[in-house]
Amino acid sequence: MDIIIASFIEEVIVPKFNYWIYVILMMIGLFAMITKNNLIKKLIGMAIFQTAIILLYVSVGVKSEANIPIISHHGHQEHVENAQDEKHSSKLEVSTDDKSDKSDHHAIDKDKFANPLPHVLMLTAIVVGVSTLGLALAISQKVHGSFGTLEEDEILDQLKPGGHD
Amino acid sequence: MIWQFDIIILIFLVVTAVIALRVKDLLGASMIFGIYSFLICLLWAEMGAVDVAFTEAAVGAGVSTVIMIATVFSTTRRSKD
Repeated sequence: MDIIIASFIEEVIVPKFNYWIYVILMMIGLFAMITKNNLIKKLIGMAIFQTAIILLYVSVGVKSEANIPIISHHGHQEHVENAQDEKHSSKLEVSTDDKSDKSDHHAIDKDKFANPLPHVLMLTAIVVGVSTLGLALAISQKVHGSFGTLEEDEILDQLKPGGHD
Repeated sequence: MIWQFDIIILIFLVVTAVIALRVKDLLGASMIFGIYSFLICLLWAEMGAVDVAFTEAAVGAGVSTVIMIATVFSTTRRSKD
């Protein structure tokens, strides 16, 4: 039994820790959005929910031995020289065997860089999340202006036909 | 990716998320939400997503904390839960 638990921790919990925390954070955010009574607390829950989803996507692009997805200066220089060489040579010379030769010398090892595609997708999600939060905070300011409170139950009491006002 | 940093930051992340939702003072909750945003920014820098990290530091942690504090000052600091 102890061996099963130990192997479960070693193989499932520790390498996939990001995904476990992603689930926990997402459920904390959903719980806050549903059960909290204050509108600002609901919005904090919504922001936590959004960052949890972004955490899932960024975790997909992680590799264990990878560095940040920026090609070093040395590699970049080689690439420029490569492009200049190709400019000087005629179009006919840049044929299949020439390309395969160059890719042999200047290949970029993809295992050394984190996958940048999910990062780029998540840049949009961050900006959308902040604009959603700003709009929701503006609406809650208007709600406070007309009802004098940010608590959901007090607002619902005032909205009842026989209630206050 | 350094897994020791990863685990420490993720645990702090859950702790700050829970505290931000349990504090009764809305200004304090906004501040702790700012701490949460900077922690998740640190996590992304550590996971190799530097572009996401500085977008989060500028837009997520900076702007959203400031507009949340502005809202709290123009409405009320009191919260029942």
